[in-house]
Amino acid sequence: MLTAEIIVVGAGPAGLSAAAEASHWNAGVTVFDRDATPGGQLVKQTHRFFGSRAQRAGTRGIDIIRILLDEIGERENARIVSGADVVSRYDDGVLGIAKAGHWFKAKPERLILATGAAEKTLAFPGSDLPGVYGAGAVQTLMNVHGVRPGQHVLMVGAGNIGLIVAYQLIQAGVEVVGVVEASERIGGYWVHASKIRRLKIPIFTRHTILQARGKESVEGAIIAEVGGDWAPIESTRRELSCDAICLAVGLSPLVDLMWQSGCSMSWISELGGYVPARDPSMGSDVDGVYVAGDAAGIEEASAAMMEGRIAGLSAAHSLGKVSDEQFGLRAEEIGRELANLRSGPTGEVVRRGLSKLERAPRNSQVLVEGGDSRC
Amino acid sequence: MLTSDGVPTPRDIEKIRPPDEIRRERPLVWVECFQEIPCDPCHQACPSGAIVEFEDINDIPNVMHELCTGCGLCIASCPGLAIFVVDESEGPDQALVSMPYEMLPVPVTGQMVTLLDRSGRPAGRGEVVRVRNPKTFDRTAVVTVRIPASKVDDIRAIALPGGDVDAK
Repeated sequence: MLTAEIIVVGAGPAGLSAAAEASHWNAGVTVFDRDATPGGQLVKQTHRFFGSRAQRAGTRGIDIIRILLDEIGERENARIVSGADVVSRYDDGVLGIAKAGHWFKAKPERLILATGAAEKTLAFPGSDLPGVYGAGAVQTLMNVHGVRPGQHVLMVGAGNIGLIVAYQLIQAGVEVVGVVEASERIGGYWVHASKIRRLKIPIFTRHTILQARGKESVEGAIIAEVGGDWAPIESTRRELSCDAICLAVGLSPLVDLMWQSGCSMSWISELGGYVPARDPSMGSDVDGVYVAGDAAGIEEASAAMMEGRIAGLSAAHSLGKVSDEQFGLRAEEIGRELANLRSGPTGEVVRRGLSKLERAPRNSQVLVEGGDSRC
Repeated sequence: MLTSDGVPTPRDIEKIRPPDEIRRERPLVWVECFQEIPCDPCHQACPSGAIVEFEDINDIPNVMHELCTGCGLCIASCPGLAIFVVDESEGPDQALVSMPYEMLPVPVTGQMVTLLDRSGRPAGRGEVVRVRNPKTFDRTAVVTVRIPASKVDDIRAIALPGGDVDAK
Protein backbone atom coordinates (compact mmCIF):
# COMPACT_ATOMS: atom_id res chain seq x y z
CA MET A 1 0.00 0.00 0.00
CA LEU A 2 1.17 3.48 -0.91
CA THR A 3 2.05 5.59 2.11
CA ALA A 4 2.77 9.30 2.44
CA GLU A 5 3.30 11.86 5.13
CA ILE A 6 0.62 14.07 3.63
CA ILE A 7 -1.94 13.29 0.97
CA VAL A 8 -3.84 16.19 -0.55
CA VAL A 9 -7.07 15.43 -2.40
CA GLY A 10 -7.69 17.96 -5.14
CA ALA A 11 -5.21 20.00 -7.20
CA GLY A 12 -7.21 23.22 -7.41
CA PRO A 13 -6.11 26.51 -5.85
CA ALA A 14 -6.54 25.20 -2.28
CA GLY A 15 -4.93 21.79 -2.84
CA LEU A 16 -1.96 23.14 -4.81
CA SER A 17 -1.39 25.84 -2.19
CA ALA A 18 -1.53 23.23 0.58
CA ALA A 19 1.01 21.09 -1.26
CA ALA A 20 3.26 24.08 -1.95
CA GLU A 21 3.23 25.14 1.69
CA ALA A 22 3.64 21.65 3.21
CA SER A 23 6.48 20.74 0.84
CA HIS A 24 8.21 24.02 1.63
CA TRP A 25 8.49 22.71 5.21
CA ASN A 26 9.96 19.42 3.92
CA ALA A 27 6.90 17.27 4.42
CA GLY A 28 6.47 14.50 1.86
CA VAL A 29 3.35 15.40 -0.10
CA THR A 30 1.33 13.50 -2.69
CA VAL A 31 -1.56 15.25 -4.40
CA PHE A 32 -4.28 13.17 -6.04
CA ASP A 33 -6.51 14.92 -8.57
CA ARG A 34 -9.20 13.37 -10.70
CA ASP A 35 -8.73 15.66 -13.71
CA ALA A 36 -6.24 14.97 -16.48
CA THR A 37 -4.24 18.09 -15.65
CA PRO A 38 -3.83 19.93 -12.34
CA GLY A 39 -5.34 23.33 -11.59
CA GLY A 40 -8.97 22.64 -10.76
CA GLN A 41 -11.14 25.58 -11.76
CA LEU A 42 -8.06 27.73 -12.35
CA VAL A 43 -7.64 26.11 -15.79
CA LYS A 44 -10.57 28.14 -17.09
CA GLN A 45 -10.23 31.35 -15.13
CA THR A 46 -8.89 33.74 -17.71
CA HIS A 47 -9.70 36.83 -15.63
CA ARG A 48 -7.37 38.67 -13.28
CA PHE A 49 -7.78 37.89 -9.60
CA PHE A 50 -8.74 40.42 -6.97
CA GLY A 51 -7.07 40.58 -3.57
CA SER A 52 -3.60 41.81 -2.65
CA ARG A 53 -0.20 41.24 -4.19
CA ALA A 54 0.56 38.45 -1.72
CA GLN A 55 -2.54 36.70 -3.04
CA ARG A 56 -1.47 37.13 -6.67
CA ALA A 57 -3.97 39.90 -7.32
CA GLY A 58 -3.89 41.14 -10.88
CA THR A 59 -2.68 37.73 -12.10
CA ARG A 60 -4.98 35.60 -14.24
CA GLY A 61 -6.17 32.30 -12.78
CA ILE A 62 -4.71 30.34 -15.69
CA ASP A 63 -1.27 31.77 -14.84
CA ILE A 64 -1.55 31.12 -11.12
CA ILE A 65 -1.49 27.37 -11.85
CA ARG A 66 1.96 27.68 -13.38
CA ILE A 67 3.22 29.71 -10.41
CA LEU A 68 1.97 27.10 -7.93
CA LEU A 69 3.21 24.16 -10.03
CA ASP A 70 6.64 25.76 -10.32
CA GLU A 71 6.76 26.16 -6.56
CA ILE A 72 5.83 22.51 -6.05
CA GLY A 73 7.88 21.21 -8.97
CA GLU A 74 11.20 22.46 -7.67
CA ARG A 75 10.94 20.16 -4.66
CA GLU A 76 11.64 16.43 -4.66
CA ASN A 77 9.36 15.78 -1.71
CA ALA A 78 6.17 16.68 -3.55
CA ARG A 79 4.36 15.10 -6.47
CA ILE A 80 1.03 15.40 -8.21
CA VAL A 81 -0.84 12.37 -9.52
CA SER A 82 -3.45 13.38 -12.10
CA GLY A 83 -6.37 11.25 -13.24
CA ALA A 84 -6.62 9.73 -9.76
CA ASP A 85 -10.02 9.89 -8.12
CA VAL A 86 -10.01 9.42 -4.35
CA VAL A 87 -13.36 7.72 -3.84
CA SER A 88 -13.30 6.52 -0.26
CA ARG A 89 -11.78 6.90 3.17
CA TYR A 90 -12.11 4.10 5.71
CA ASP A 91 -12.14 4.20 9.50
CA ASP A 92 -8.46 3.21 9.66
CA GLY A 93 -7.54 6.21 7.53
CA VAL A 94 -6.93 4.19 4.35
CA LEU A 95 -7.97 5.85 1.10
CA GLY A 96 -9.44 4.06 -1.90
CA ILE A 97 -8.26 5.57 -5.18
CA ALA A 98 -9.42 4.86 -8.72
CA LYS A 99 -7.01 5.53 -11.57
CA ALA A 100 -7.17 4.40 -15.18
CA GLY A 101 -9.54 1.52 -14.46
CA HIS A 102 -7.56 0.31 -11.47
CA TRP A 103 -8.20 0.68 -7.78
CA PHE A 104 -5.53 1.00 -5.17
CA LYS A 105 -5.09 1.97 -1.55
CA ALA A 106 -3.04 4.65 0.12
CA LYS A 107 -2.52 5.65 3.72
CA PRO A 108 -1.35 9.11 4.68
CA GLU A 109 -0.23 10.28 8.09
CA ARG A 110 -2.15 13.48 7.43
CA LEU A 111 -4.96 14.07 4.95
CA ILE A 112 -5.91 17.43 3.42
CA LEU A 113 -9.29 17.47 1.71
CA ALA A 114 -9.45 20.22 -0.91
CA THR A 115 -12.13 18.69 -3.07
CA GLY A 116 -13.76 21.91 -4.27
CA ALA A 117 -17.40 22.37 -5.14
CA ALA A 118 -20.17 21.32 -7.49
CA GLU A 119 -22.47 23.67 -9.32
CA LYS A 120 -26.01 24.14 -8.16
CA THR A 121 -28.68 23.93 -10.78
CA LEU A 122 -32.27 25.02 -11.39
CA ALA A 123 -35.23 22.91 -12.43
CA PHE A 124 -37.73 24.43 -14.87
CA PRO A 125 -39.66 23.10 -17.85
CA GLY A 126 -37.12 22.43 -20.57
CA SER A 127 -34.13 22.50 -18.23
CA ASP A 128 -33.18 19.06 -19.56
CA LEU A 129 -32.92 20.29 -23.17
CA PRO A 130 -29.53 20.20 -24.86
CA GLY A 131 -28.21 23.75 -24.69
CA VAL A 132 -28.84 24.24 -20.97
CA TYR A 133 -25.43 24.35 -19.29
CA GLY A 134 -23.86 25.08 -15.96
CA ALA A 135 -21.48 28.05 -16.02
CA GLY A 136 -18.55 25.78 -15.23
CA ALA A 137 -19.28 23.65 -18.28
CA VAL A 138 -19.50 26.75 -20.46
CA GLN A 139 -16.14 27.96 -19.16
CA THR A 140 -14.58 24.55 -19.74
CA LEU A 141 -15.92 24.33 -23.28
CA MET A 142 -14.79 27.85 -24.19
CA ASN A 143 -11.61 28.42 -22.27
CA VAL A 144 -10.15 24.92 -22.14
CA HIS A 145 -11.39 23.34 -25.36
CA GLY A 146 -12.04 26.40 -27.53
CA VAL A 147 -15.65 25.42 -28.24
CA ARG A 148 -18.49 27.92 -28.19
CA PRO A 149 -21.52 26.62 -26.25
CA GLY A 150 -23.90 28.44 -28.60
CA GLN A 151 -24.22 31.65 -30.58
CA HIS A 152 -26.82 33.43 -28.44
CA VAL A 153 -26.66 32.71 -24.73
CA LEU A 154 -28.91 33.70 -21.84
CA MET A 155 -27.08 33.86 -18.50
CA VAL A 156 -29.03 33.03 -15.35
CA GLY A 157 -27.50 34.53 -12.20
CA ALA A 158 -25.67 37.84 -11.66
CA GLY A 159 -23.16 36.69 -9.08
CA ASN A 160 -19.46 36.95 -9.90
CA ILE A 161 -19.46 33.70 -11.88
CA GLY A 162 -22.46 34.70 -14.01
CA LEU A 163 -21.03 38.15 -14.75
CA ILE A 164 -17.50 36.90 -15.43
CA VAL A 165 -18.65 34.07 -17.69
CA ALA A 166 -20.95 36.48 -19.56
CA TYR A 167 -17.88 38.64 -20.26
CA GLN A 168 -15.86 35.62 -21.36
CA LEU A 169 -18.69 34.60 -23.72
CA ILE A 170 -18.44 38.03 -25.38
CA GLN A 171 -14.67 37.54 -25.63
CA ALA A 172 -15.33 34.25 -27.39
CA GLY A 173 -17.50 36.05 -29.92
CA VAL A 174 -20.82 34.82 -28.52
CA GLU A 175 -23.82 37.10 -28.17
CA VAL A 176 -25.12 37.30 -24.60
CA VAL A 177 -28.83 38.12 -24.87
CA GLY A 178 -29.10 39.05 -21.22
CA VAL A 179 -28.35 38.24 -17.61
CA VAL A 180 -31.35 37.26 -15.48
CA GLU A 181 -31.17 37.72 -11.71
CA ALA A 182 -34.05 37.09 -9.30
CA SER A 183 -32.72 39.41 -6.62
CA GLU A 184 -33.12 43.18 -6.96
CA ARG A 185 -29.37 43.61 -6.54
CA ILE A 186 -26.43 42.28 -8.46
CA GLY A 187 -24.71 39.67 -6.30
CA GLY A 188 -21.30 39.94 -7.95
CA TYR A 189 -18.89 42.85 -7.93
CA TRP A 190 -20.36 45.94 -9.60
CA VAL A 191 -17.26 46.35 -11.76
CA HIS A 192 -18.04 43.03 -13.43
CA ALA A 193 -21.58 44.25 -14.15
CA SER A 194 -20.28 47.59 -15.47
CA LYS A 195 -17.93 45.95 -17.93
CA ILE A 196 -20.61 43.78 -19.56
CA ARG A 197 -23.23 46.53 -19.40
CA ARG A 198 -21.07 48.92 -21.43
CA LEU A 199 -20.85 46.17 -24.05
CA LYS A 200 -24.64 46.39 -24.27
CA ILE A 201 -25.54 43.25 -22.31
CA PRO A 202 -28.89 43.83 -20.57
CA ILE A 203 -29.07 42.85 -16.90
CA PHE A 204 -32.58 41.91 -15.79
CA THR A 205 -32.67 42.09 -12.01
CA ARG A 206 -35.88 40.89 -10.32
CA HIS A 207 -36.41 38.46 -13.19
CA THR A 208 -36.43 34.70 -13.37
CA ILE A 209 -36.40 32.03 -16.03
CA LEU A 210 -39.70 30.16 -16.33
CA GLN A 211 -39.02 27.85 -19.20
CA ALA A 212 -36.52 26.79 -21.83
CA ARG A 213 -38.36 26.47 -25.13
CA GLY A 214 -37.35 24.22 -27.99
CA LYS A 215 -37.91 20.84 -29.66
CA GLU A 216 -34.53 19.18 -30.09
CA SER A 217 -32.52 21.81 -28.25
CA VAL A 218 -32.88 25.28 -26.78
CA GLU A 219 -34.57 27.77 -29.11
CA GLY A 220 -35.59 30.38 -26.60
CA ALA A 221 -36.14 31.22 -22.96
CA ILE A 222 -39.29 32.49 -21.29
CA ILE A 223 -38.48 34.97 -18.54
CA ALA A 224 -40.68 37.06 -16.24
CA GLU A 225 -40.39 39.65 -13.52
CA VAL A 226 -40.72 38.43 -9.95
CA GLY A 227 -42.87 40.24 -7.41
CA GLY A 228 -42.23 41.05 -3.77
CA ASP A 229 -43.18 37.48 -2.83
CA TRP A 230 -40.64 36.12 -5.34
CA ALA A 231 -43.50 34.74 -7.45
CA PRO A 232 -43.28 35.35 -11.21
CA ILE A 233 -45.71 38.00 -12.50
CA GLU A 234 -47.57 36.30 -15.34
CA SER A 235 -48.34 39.49 -17.25
CA THR A 236 -44.61 40.19 -17.65
CA ARG A 237 -43.81 36.89 -19.41
CA ARG A 238 -41.74 37.29 -22.51
CA GLU A 239 -39.49 35.23 -24.69
CA LEU A 240 -35.84 35.86 -25.44
CA SER A 241 -34.45 34.14 -28.49
CA CYS A 242 -31.34 32.11 -27.62
CA ASP A 243 -29.74 28.76 -28.42
CA ALA A 244 -28.11 28.19 -25.04
CA ILE A 245 -28.93 28.93 -21.41
CA CYS A 246 -26.12 29.14 -18.87
CA LEU A 247 -26.95 28.59 -15.19
CA ALA A 248 -24.72 30.40 -12.70
CA VAL A 249 -26.79 29.94 -9.58
CA GLY A 250 -24.17 29.09 -7.01
CA LEU A 251 -21.94 26.29 -5.81
CA SER A 252 -22.15 23.69 -3.09
CA PRO A 253 -19.12 22.16 -1.33
CA LEU A 254 -18.06 18.66 -2.42
CA VAL A 255 -17.90 16.99 0.97
CA ASP A 256 -18.39 13.25 0.37
CA LEU A 257 -14.97 12.35 1.77
CA MET A 258 -15.66 14.46 4.85
CA TRP A 259 -18.90 12.61 5.52
CA GLN A 260 -17.01 9.33 5.04
CA SER A 261 -14.29 10.49 7.40
CA GLY A 262 -16.85 11.24 10.11
CA CYS A 263 -16.24 14.98 10.26
CA SER A 264 -18.90 17.01 12.06
CA MET A 265 -20.97 18.46 9.26
CA SER A 266 -23.33 21.44 9.47
CA TRP A 267 -25.71 22.97 6.96
CA ILE A 268 -24.61 26.59 6.61
CA SER A 269 -26.43 28.23 3.71
CA GLU A 270 -23.98 31.17 3.69
CA LEU A 271 -21.17 28.71 2.92
CA GLY A 272 -23.12 26.89 0.22
CA GLY A 273 -24.46 23.80 2.02
CA TYR A 274 -22.99 21.13 4.28
CA VAL A 275 -19.53 22.07 5.49
CA PRO A 276 -17.13 20.45 7.95
CA ALA A 277 -16.34 21.89 11.36
CA ARG A 278 -12.80 23.23 11.40
CA ASP A 279 -10.46 25.01 13.78
CA PRO A 280 -8.41 28.11 12.80
CA SER A 281 -5.65 25.75 11.61
CA MET A 282 -8.09 24.22 9.12
CA GLY A 283 -8.07 20.96 11.09
CA SER A 284 -11.39 19.11 11.08
CA ASP A 285 -12.55 17.38 14.25
CA VAL A 286 -11.25 14.07 12.89
CA ASP A 287 -7.66 13.54 13.93
CA GLY A 288 -5.19 14.15 11.10
CA VAL A 289 -7.83 15.34 8.61
CA TYR A 290 -7.61 18.91 7.34
CA VAL A 291 -9.95 20.80 5.02
CA ALA A 292 -9.44 23.78 2.70
CA GLY A 293 -11.00 25.77 -0.12
CA ASP A 294 -14.54 25.60 -1.46
CA ALA A 295 -15.01 22.17 0.12
CA ALA A 296 -14.77 23.93 3.48
CA GLY A 297 -17.19 26.69 2.44
CA ILE A 298 -17.76 28.55 -0.83
CA GLU A 299 -15.53 31.61 -1.22
CA GLU A 300 -13.30 33.33 -3.77
CA ALA A 301 -10.22 31.45 -5.01
CA SER A 302 -7.90 33.87 -3.16
CA ALA A 303 -9.39 32.69 0.14
CA ALA A 304 -9.09 29.07 -1.00
CA MET A 305 -5.39 29.54 -1.64
CA MET A 306 -4.83 30.97 1.82
CA GLU A 307 -6.85 28.23 3.50
CA GLY A 308 -4.75 25.73 1.56
CA ARG A 309 -1.58 27.38 2.84
CA ILE A 310 -2.85 27.20 6.41
CA ALA A 311 -3.89 23.54 6.06
CA GLY A 312 -0.50 22.61 4.55
CA LEU A 313 1.35 24.49 7.25
CA SER A 314 -0.71 22.94 10.04
CA ALA A 315 -0.34 19.41 8.71
CA ALA A 316 3.44 19.88 8.41
CA HIS A 317 3.57 21.35 11.92
CA SER A 318 1.67 18.42 13.39
CA LEU A 319 4.26 16.10 11.80
CA GLY A 320 7.02 17.98 13.58
CA LYS A 321 8.33 19.57 10.37
CA VAL A 322 7.77 23.13 11.56
CA SER A 323 8.89 24.52 14.89
CA ASP A 324 6.21 25.99 17.13
CA GLU A 325 7.72 29.42 16.68
CA GLN A 326 7.87 29.24 12.88
CA PHE A 327 4.35 27.87 12.83
CA GLY A 328 3.06 30.70 14.99
CA LEU A 329 4.65 33.38 12.82
CA ARG A 330 3.56 31.92 9.50
CA ALA A 331 0.04 31.04 10.68
CA GLU A 332 -0.39 34.57 11.96
CA GLU A 333 0.84 36.05 8.69
CA ILE A 334 -1.54 34.04 6.49
CA GLY A 335 -4.36 34.32 8.99
CA ARG A 336 -4.09 38.09 8.98
CA GLU A 337 -4.22 38.26 5.18
CA LEU A 338 -7.24 35.98 5.13
CA ALA A 339 -9.00 38.05 7.77
CA ASN A 340 -8.29 41.23 5.77
CA LEU A 341 -9.71 39.66 2.65
CA ARG A 342 -12.91 38.75 4.45
CA SER A 343 -13.20 41.97 6.43
CA GLY A 344 -15.06 44.14 3.91
CA PRO A 345 -18.75 44.37 3.00
CA THR A 346 -18.39 41.66 0.32
CA GLY A 347 -17.04 39.27 2.98
CA GLU A 348 -20.07 39.75 5.20
CA VAL A 349 -21.90 36.59 4.11
CA VAL A 350 -18.82 34.42 4.59
CA ARG A 351 -18.16 35.96 8.02
CA ARG A 352 -21.74 35.23 9.06
CA GLY A 353 -21.44 31.66 7.80
CA LEU A 354 -18.15 31.05 9.59
CA SER A 355 -19.54 32.44 12.81
CA LYS A 356 -22.55 30.10 12.55
CA LEU A 357 -20.20 27.20 11.84
CA GLU A 358 -18.18 28.01 14.94
CA ARG A 359 -21.30 27.81 17.10
CA ALA A 360 -22.67 24.68 15.42
CA PRO A 361 -22.81 21.50 17.48
CA ARG A 362 -19.97 19.01 16.94
CA ASN A 363 -19.99 15.26 16.33
CA SER A 364 -23.68 15.27 15.71
CA GLN A 365 -24.03 15.91 12.00
CA VAL A 366 -27.27 17.80 12.54
CA LEU A 367 -28.88 20.54 10.52
CA VAL A 368 -28.28 24.03 11.81
CA GLU A 369 -30.83 26.01 9.88
CA GLY A 370 -32.69 26.13 6.62
CA GLY A 371 -32.13 22.46 6.04
CA ASP A 372 -35.77 21.45 6.23
CA SER A 373 -36.30 20.63 2.57
CA ARG A 374 -32.75 19.94 1.56
CA CYS A 375 -31.76 16.82 3.38
CA MET B 1 -27.83 52.22 -11.08
CA LEU B 2 -24.74 50.40 -9.84
CA THR B 3 -26.57 47.94 -7.63
CA SER B 4 -29.01 46.84 -10.32
CA ASP B 5 -27.01 46.96 -13.54
CA GLY B 6 -23.54 48.28 -12.83
CA VAL B 7 -24.13 51.65 -14.51
CA PRO B 8 -23.00 54.50 -12.23
CA THR B 9 -25.25 57.54 -11.91
CA PRO B 10 -24.03 61.12 -12.53
CA ARG B 11 -23.81 61.46 -8.75
CA ASP B 12 -21.48 58.46 -8.59
CA ILE B 13 -19.31 59.97 -11.32
CA GLU B 14 -19.20 63.26 -9.45
CA LYS B 15 -17.32 61.50 -6.65
CA ILE B 16 -14.46 60.24 -8.80
CA ARG B 17 -14.09 62.99 -11.43
CA PRO B 18 -10.73 64.78 -11.18
CA PRO B 19 -10.80 68.39 -9.93
CA ASP B 20 -11.88 70.93 -12.59
CA GLU B 21 -8.81 73.14 -12.04
CA ILE B 22 -6.39 70.59 -13.47
CA ARG B 23 -8.55 68.78 -16.00
CA ARG B 24 -7.43 71.04 -18.89
CA GLU B 25 -3.76 70.65 -18.01
CA ARG B 26 -2.98 67.02 -18.61
CA PRO B 27 -4.42 63.51 -18.83
CA LEU B 28 -5.82 62.31 -15.49
CA VAL B 29 -7.06 59.05 -14.08
CA TRP B 30 -10.72 58.31 -13.41
CA VAL B 31 -10.87 55.36 -11.01
CA GLU B 32 -14.45 54.17 -11.40
CA CYS B 33 -14.42 51.80 -8.43
CA PHE B 34 -17.45 52.43 -6.23
CA GLN B 35 -17.65 49.29 -4.12
CA GLU B 36 -15.53 48.18 -1.19
CA ILE B 37 -14.01 44.98 -2.54
CA PRO B 38 -10.73 43.38 -1.44
CA CYS B 39 -8.36 44.57 -4.16
CA ASP B 40 -5.32 46.86 -4.46
CA PRO B 41 -3.28 46.27 -7.67
CA CYS B 42 -4.02 49.86 -8.84
CA HIS B 43 -1.93 51.23 -5.99
CA GLN B 44 0.87 48.80 -6.76
CA ALA B 45 0.83 49.87 -10.43
CA CYS B 46 0.94 53.63 -9.80
CA PRO B 47 4.49 55.01 -10.17
CA SER B 48 3.66 58.54 -8.99
CA GLY B 49 1.95 57.91 -5.70
CA ALA B 50 -1.37 59.25 -6.95
CA ILE B 51 -3.25 56.10 -5.97
CA VAL B 52 -2.58 56.15 -2.27
CA GLU B 53 -1.54 53.02 -0.38
CA PHE B 54 -4.53 51.18 1.06
CA GLU B 55 -4.95 51.12 4.81
CA ASP B 56 -7.52 48.36 4.44
CA ILE B 57 -7.53 46.24 1.31
CA ASN B 58 -11.31 46.71 1.10
CA ASP B 59 -11.03 50.50 0.87
CA ILE B 60 -12.20 52.34 -2.21
CA PRO B 61 -9.10 53.71 -3.98
CA ASN B 62 -8.02 57.10 -2.68
CA VAL B 63 -6.74 59.15 -5.63
CA MET B 64 -4.65 62.32 -5.30
CA HIS B 65 -5.11 63.74 -8.79
CA GLU B 66 -2.49 66.45 -8.18
CA LEU B 67 0.14 63.67 -8.31
CA CYS B 68 -1.33 61.84 -11.33
CA THR B 69 0.67 62.13 -14.55
CA GLY B 70 -1.93 60.30 -16.62
CA CYS B 71 0.58 57.60 -17.56
CA GLY B 72 -2.19 54.97 -17.60
CA LEU B 73 -0.14 52.12 -16.15
CA CYS B 74 -2.96 51.45 -13.68
CA ILE B 75 -5.51 50.85 -16.46
CA ALA B 76 -4.38 47.35 -17.37
CA SER B 77 -3.66 46.44 -13.75
CA CYS B 78 -7.28 46.75 -12.60
CA PRO B 79 -8.97 43.33 -12.36
CA GLY B 80 -12.32 45.09 -12.61
CA LEU B 81 -11.44 47.04 -15.79
CA ALA B 82 -12.68 50.10 -13.94
CA ILE B 83 -9.86 52.59 -14.58
CA PHE B 84 -9.78 55.14 -17.40
CA VAL B 85 -7.53 58.05 -18.24
CA VAL B 86 -9.20 61.12 -19.73
CA ASP B 87 -7.16 63.81 -21.46
CA GLU B 88 -8.98 67.12 -21.83
CA SER B 89 -5.86 69.14 -22.65
CA GLU B 90 -6.35 69.02 -26.43
CA GLY B 91 -8.83 71.87 -26.63
CA PRO B 92 -12.43 72.74 -25.88
CA ASP B 93 -14.07 70.34 -28.36
CA GLN B 94 -12.14 67.11 -28.20
CA ALA B 95 -10.85 64.80 -25.55
CA LEU B 96 -8.99 61.50 -25.42
CA VAL B 97 -10.17 58.51 -23.39
CA SER B 98 -7.83 55.59 -22.65
CA MET B 99 -9.61 52.38 -21.75
CA PRO B 100 -8.84 48.69 -21.17
CA TYR B 101 -9.64 46.44 -24.13
CA GLU B 102 -9.66 42.64 -23.95
CA MET B 103 -11.49 41.69 -27.15
CA LEU B 104 -10.21 40.50 -30.52
CA PRO B 105 -9.17 41.89 -32.83
CA VAL B 106 -7.30 44.64 -31.03
CA PRO B 107 -7.89 47.91 -32.95
CA VAL B 108 -5.06 49.69 -34.72
CA THR B 109 -4.00 53.33 -34.63
CA GLY B 110 -6.01 55.39 -37.06
CA GLN B 111 -8.97 53.03 -37.10
CA MET B 112 -12.46 54.51 -36.78
CA VAL B 113 -14.53 52.71 -34.13
CA THR B 114 -18.02 53.02 -32.67
CA LEU B 115 -18.04 54.79 -29.30
CA LEU B 116 -20.23 53.23 -26.62
CA ASP B 117 -21.57 54.78 -23.44
CA ARG B 118 -21.85 53.06 -20.05
CA SER B 119 -25.00 51.25 -21.16
CA GLY B 120 -23.50 50.11 -24.43
CA ARG B 121 -25.47 52.67 -26.47
CA PRO B 122 -23.62 53.79 -29.62
CA ALA B 123 -22.61 57.45 -29.31
CA GLY B 124 -20.97 58.29 -32.60
CA ARG B 125 -17.62 57.29 -34.02
CA GLY B 126 -14.12 58.11 -32.96
CA GLU B 127 -10.54 57.59 -34.09
CA VAL B 128 -8.13 55.31 -32.29
CA VAL B 129 -5.06 57.44 -31.62
CA ARG B 130 -2.94 55.04 -29.61
CA VAL B 131 -2.84 51.33 -28.75
CA ARG B 132 -0.58 50.04 -26.00
CA ASN B 133 -0.33 46.28 -25.65
CA PRO B 134 3.07 45.43 -24.14
CA LYS B 135 3.78 42.11 -22.46
CA THR B 136 3.67 43.78 -19.05
CA PHE B 137 -0.01 44.62 -19.61
CA ASP B 138 -0.64 40.86 -19.75
CA ARG B 139 -3.20 40.73 -22.57
CA THR B 140 -5.18 43.78 -21.52
CA ALA B 141 -4.60 46.34 -24.25
CA VAL B 142 -5.02 50.03 -23.49
CA VAL B 143 -6.76 51.82 -26.33
CA THR B 144 -6.94 55.61 -26.58
CA VAL B 145 -9.77 57.08 -28.67
CA ARG B 146 -10.69 60.64 -29.58
CA ILE B 147 -14.16 61.64 -28.43
CA PRO B 148 -16.23 64.82 -28.27
CA ALA B 149 -15.28 66.75 -25.11
CA SER B 150 -18.96 66.92 -24.17
CA LYS B 151 -19.00 63.15 -23.68
CA VAL B 152 -16.08 62.62 -21.29
CA ASP B 153 -18.47 61.45 -18.58
CA ASP B 154 -20.13 58.91 -20.84
CA ILE B 155 -17.89 57.16 -23.39
CA ARG B 156 -16.33 54.09 -21.77
CA ALA B 157 -16.15 51.41 -24.47
CA ILE B 158 -15.71 50.89 -28.18
CA ALA B 159 -16.98 48.46 -30.76
CA LEU B 160 -15.16 47.36 -33.90
CA PRO B 161 -17.04 46.33 -37.01
CA GLY B 162 -16.88 42.53 -37.19
CA GLY B 163 -15.09 42.26 -33.83
CA ASP B 164 -16.22 40.38 -30.74
CA VAL B 165 -18.18 43.47 -29.86
CA ASP B 166 -19.97 44.72 -32.95
CA ALA B 167 -22.38 47.57 -32.39
CA LYS B 168 -24.85 46.60 -35.06
